[in-house]
Amino acid sequence: MSQLSNLTRGIIKENPTFVLLLGMCPTLATTSSALNGMGMGAATLFVLALSNVAISLVASQIPSKVRIPAYIVIIATFVTMVDLLMQAYVPALYATLGIFIPLIVVNCIVLGRAEAFASKSGVLASLLDGIGMGLGFTLSLTVLGAVREFLGSWSIFGHKLVGTDGMLVFILAPGAFIVLGYLMVLFNRINKKK
Amino acid sequence: MDFFIIAISAIFVNNIVLSQFLGICPFLGVSNKVETSIGMSGAVTFVIALSTLITWLLQKYVLVPLNITFMQTISFILVIAALVQMVEIILKKISPALYQALGVFLPLITTNCAVLGVAILVQQKNYDLMHSMVFSVAIGLGYGLAIVLFASLREEMELANVPKEMKGIPIALVTAGILAMAFMGFSGMV
Amino acid sequence: MAKESSFKNMVLTLLVISFFAAAALAGVYLVTLAPIGAAKAAKINEAIQKVVPTFDNNPGEEVYKMAVDGDTLRLYPARKGGKLVGTAIETFTNKGFAGHFTLMVGLMPDGTIKSVEVLAHKETPGLGDKMEKSKSNFSVQFEGKNPKTFKMMVKKDGGDVDAITASTITSRAFTDAVNRAYEAYMKGGKQ
Repeated sequence: MSQLSNLTRGIIKENPTFVLLLGMCPTLATTSSALNGMGMGAATLFVLALSNVAISLVASQIPSKVRIPAYIVIIATFVTMVDLLMQAYVPALYATLGIFIPLIVVNCIVLGRAEAFASKSGVLASLLDGIGMGLGFTLSLTVLGAVREFLGSWSIFGHKLVGTDGMLVFILAPGAFIVLGYLMVLFNRINKKK
Repeated sequence: MDFFIIAISAIFVNNIVLSQFLGICPFLGVSNKVETSIGMSGAVTFVIALSTLITWLLQKYVLVPLNITFMQTISFILVIAALVQMVEIILKKISPALYQALGVFLPLITTNCAVLGVAILVQQKNYDLMHSMVFSVAIGLGYGLAIVLFASLREEMELANVPKEMKGIPIALVTAGILAMAFMGFSGMV
Repeated sequence: MAKESSFKNMVLTLLVISFFAAAALAGVYLVTLAPIGAAKAAKINEAIQKVVPTFDNNPGEEVYKMAVDGDTLRLYPARKGGKLVGTAIETFTNKGFAGHFTLMVGLMPDGTIKSVEVLAHKETPGLGDKMEKSKSNFSVQFEGKNPKTFKMMVKKDGGDVDAITASTITSRAFTDAVNRAYEAYMKGGKQ
C-alpha cells in the first residue's frame, strides 16, 4: 500500500460520506451553505489528522480493553483545541457551526479511522489517511452545501446571484436529507463508471 | 406549563432527528425494523436522561467551581461512554433477547451525537436541573417517535418498486426528508 | 502489540493520557483566553456602535447589569463629552421560534428607540431571519418610536408592530426582547 494511496483513497474511493456513510449528523446539519460545509470539513480534518497521528504513536502502549475510552480522550482533546482556536480566531464561523464543533468527538469517522487504521499503522500512513479522509469529508460537505445554497438562496459561497429568495426548503431540514439522497445516487453512478 | 411547552417543542416542533439533525447514524442504521427501533429508542432515551443528569451535576459542581469548563467535552463524553458500558452490562442480565437484537448498535449509543448533543444543549440553554430532565426525556421520546415512524415507512418501502440505484440509503434519505417536511407542519403549535 | 490489559495498566494508561490531555488543553485555553475575550468584546462594540449615536467614551467599561426575568441584561452607556447620548442594551427573548435569541437595543436617554441590531439567533432562514436588518425592514419600524406611544405588540395582538409575513412568532419574540430592554431601562437605567 503506497503512502500516496493512503492519502487519496479517502477522497473518492472510500469517501466517508458517500461510501462509508459515516459522519451523517454534521453532514446534514452544517451544509446550509458551501462555506459552512467547508468550515466544518476543515475543523474535522484538523482533528482527524492530529488524532490519527497521536493514536498511531501511543496505540502500542494502550491496553486493549481501555483502548476506546483512551482514543476518545485523545480525540476529545484535539476537538477542544479546535473549539478554543475557532472561538478565538474565527468567531463568526464558530457561532454558525455551534454545537457541531464539540460533536466532532462523536463523529464516527474520527473514532472509526483511529480504531480501524491509525492504531495499527505507522505515523506517516496515519497522518495521510487522516488528511485524505478529512479532504473527502470536506469535499462532500462543500458540494452538498453548495447545492443546497444554490437552490435554497440562489447564491454561491455567499455571493447572491439573483435578488429573490430561492427554494427555501433546500436550506431547511428536508432539503438536507433529499439533496444528500440524490447526491449519493449521483456519486454512486460516477464511482461505478471508474 | 413551561414544562409542557418544552416537551411539545422537543418532541414535535424541534424534533431531535428531523429538525436538529442529531442521532442520524442510528436513525438510518437501525430503522429497518419497527421492533428493533422501539428497543433502540428505549435504550437511547434512558442513556440521554441519565447522562444529562450526571453531566449537569458535573458541570455545576465540578467544572464551574474549579474553573475548568474547557474540560467539558472530554468529561461529558467519558461519562457517556461509562454509562453506555453500564447499560450494556445491565441489559445483558435483565433482557438478553433485547441485548442480542440491538447487537453492535448498543455500544454505538456512545457515539450517538444526540446523547452528547443534549448534554451540551441544556448547558447552552442554561436550564436548571428540572428543566434539563424534562427536556432530555422529551428529546428521547421525540427520537423514538421519529425512528419508529421512519421504520414503519421503511418496512413498507421494502415492498415498493424502488429504482435500483436508489435502493437502500438514497431512498431512505429522501423519505426522511419528506418526513421532516411533515414535522415542519408542527411549527405553529407552540 | 498492545500492552496487557491488567487493571493496573488500564487505570495507569487512562490516568496518564488524561493528565497529558488536561495539561495540553490548559495550555491552549490560556493562550486563547485573550483572543477569545477580544473577539467577544469586538462583537459587542460593533453592535453598540450601530445602535446608539456617536460617542467618545468606552461603553464596554461602563457596563452595568440588571437581573430581569431569570436572566441578566447588560446596559452600555454611551456618552459624548461626559453627557449620556444613548444606552445600548443587550437583551434577549426565550419566545423565538427556535427559542432564545439576543438583540442589541439602542435607546435615547428618554427611552425612545434609536435602533435595534440582532446579535445571535437560530430562527428559520427565509422566515424569522428577516428580523435581521440586512434581510428586511422589519426592525427599522422600531426606530424613532417610543414605547410610551407605540404599542409594543404585533398588530394581530392589538399593538402597533407590523409582523414579518408568516413569522408572527419571531416578530412577537423580537418585540418582547425590545420591550424587555425598554422596561428595564425605564425602571433602573442610569443617566
